[in-house]
Amino acid sequence: MKNEFKIISDLIEDNKKVLDVGCADGTLMQFLKENKNINVRGLEISKDKVQECIAKGLTVIEGNAEKDLKQFPDKSFDYVVLSQTLQAFLSPELVLDELLRVGKKAIVTIPNFGNWKVRLHLLFKGTMPITKSLPEQWHNTPNLHMCTIKDFVNFIKSKEIKMIKTLALNNNNVSNISNNNLGTKNLFADLGIFLIEK
Amino acid sequence: MNTEKNIKTLVVKKPLKLDCGKTINNFPVAFETYGSLNENKDNAILVFHALTGDQFVTGLNPITKKDGWWSFAVGPDKAIDTNKYFVICSNVIGGCMGSYGPSHKDPETQKTFGTDFPVITINDMVNAQYNLLEHFGINKLFAITGGSMGGMQVLQFITNFPDKAKTVIPIATTSSHSAQNIAFNELGRQAITADSNWKDGNYEANNANPGKGLAVARMAAHITYLSKKGLQEKFGRKLQEREDLKFGFDADFQIESYLRYQGSVFVDRFDANSYLYITRAMDYFDLVKQFNGNLSDAFKNTKAKFFVISFTSDWLYPTQENKDIVIALNSIGADVGFVEIVSDKGHDSFLLDVPDFLNALKNFLDKSYIELENEK
Repeated sequence: MKNEFKIISDLIEDNKKVLDVGCADGTLMQFLKENKNINVRGLEISKDKVQECIAKGLTVIEGNAEKDLKQFPDKSFDYVVLSQTLQAFLSPELVLDELLRVGKKAIVTIPNFGNWKVRLHLLFKGTMPITKSLPEQWHNTPNLHMCTIKDFVNFIKSKEIKMIKTLALNNNNVSNISNNNLGTKNLFADLGIFLIEK
Repeated sequence: MNTEKNIKTLVVKKPLKLDCGKTINNFPVAFETYGSLNENKDNAILVFHALTGDQFVTGLNPITKKDGWWSFAVGPDKAIDTNKYFVICSNVIGGCMGSYGPSHKDPETQKTFGTDFPVITINDMVNAQYNLLEHFGINKLFAITGGSMGGMQVLQFITNFPDKAKTVIPIATTSSHSAQNIAFNELGRQAITADSNWKDGNYEANNANPGKGLAVARMAAHITYLSKKGLQEKFGRKLQEREDLKFGFDADFQIESYLRYQGSVFVDRFDANSYLYITRAMDYFDLVKQFNGNLSDAFKNTKAKFFVISFTSDWLYPTQENKDIVIALNSIGADVGFVEIVSDKGHDSFLLDVPDFLNALKNFLDKSYIELENEK
């Protein structure tokens, strides 16, 4: 299981109720279910991935986060997880609002467009950056709204959303993001991991 | 009551009050079983059949001598694995495969009921079938499942008996029969009653058979079970055993010949009055209205695990109507999974060899069974 998922699962206490939005093949769900006795549900848009989840005995609903989150009642999950997909929605703001309505807390991770490799790629090559966490070309990327860790922090602050924990993942190193080191983390982190609540 | 030696029946002694207000008692429920009930009696799956199905789910149907209606899904090592599970299916009341229906004799008059048989509902059907649990001494079913009208029975069953099933799998169904579906059913009923041999439902006493009307009803319904794409790919404009058009009204096209054949074989195995009664039961099905517009209330007392399945090309019970069930369940925090299966085979997909569907069904059942075993 990838590091990102280990960090996410460490943020979740045992025996909680969790919704994994865009759960893909259910790797994180299965880990949470088997190791932390989490009552976990998934929402996934890909039919093939839904089938993979069913084959693992996971409860998954085929659906689209932009349309199908509204069926869940307010605060019906302890945590709602959204891994590296916020930037792919037509309206990230509406999705974020929905995550925080459905979940008591949300864990959102974003690929950091402020990473120095991304910056150098555009600066020196003059073409849209392609990196390990952003592997697609500009014309076939699902990402519509790329942002940097700093952008996301500013966005969260402007929406008066409470940041409980903000973490930066750089290769295999996890570190806290604070006001003091935001500029540095925004330059070196591959991924930002945010535990938030409203 | 039981005229066919191949039909097993349970005679229900307890009176059953029907939705129409009448009470029936000492009535037969015909059933079949596959696989064996284990010692703990926790491996039973109750399968509900659709409009024209019967209790003979799989293997050779001893009456029609054809394969059972869900042979693709049920059997040894299949999605519903009879090596593991004990499968029970019963003919719905109102039906014509041994359960109490319009072709039975009225005990008071000793005449065939015909249209004097009380109008039955999906609710009445599941209440009648519930007696099978007592008959087998099963406290809780491992699963209930069925497609189309079978799915309606699944939803009604778990509503009426919220702690009697651990897993619930409604397939290609609805919680409230749509105007379009009522319209198609009415078309079928009109075809039957317009047949001069129908004789106000007393065709048996008059040695008549409204076969033409019933065949037309079946032909019209059969079209609704398929998809435009499926029909086009299978038949297109292909001609039936001829080089060119004959400029007449014989079956020039293969699709015409196919529908005529479907109509004719149906008449041999199905009773016209049963067709009227069962389609009526489907039309009356409105679980949303039963709960004053809030479908979630139907499921609020159950802890069962749900898995809803729909098909992309099913325009009779489209994905959205299946999703409405999912939404109602999610809004009360129920344990529900959902998948829409890609298939060109229309509503009939659930009866056919659609591997994605059969795999999903098998995986859900087998994983759920292991999980429930581990919880003990």
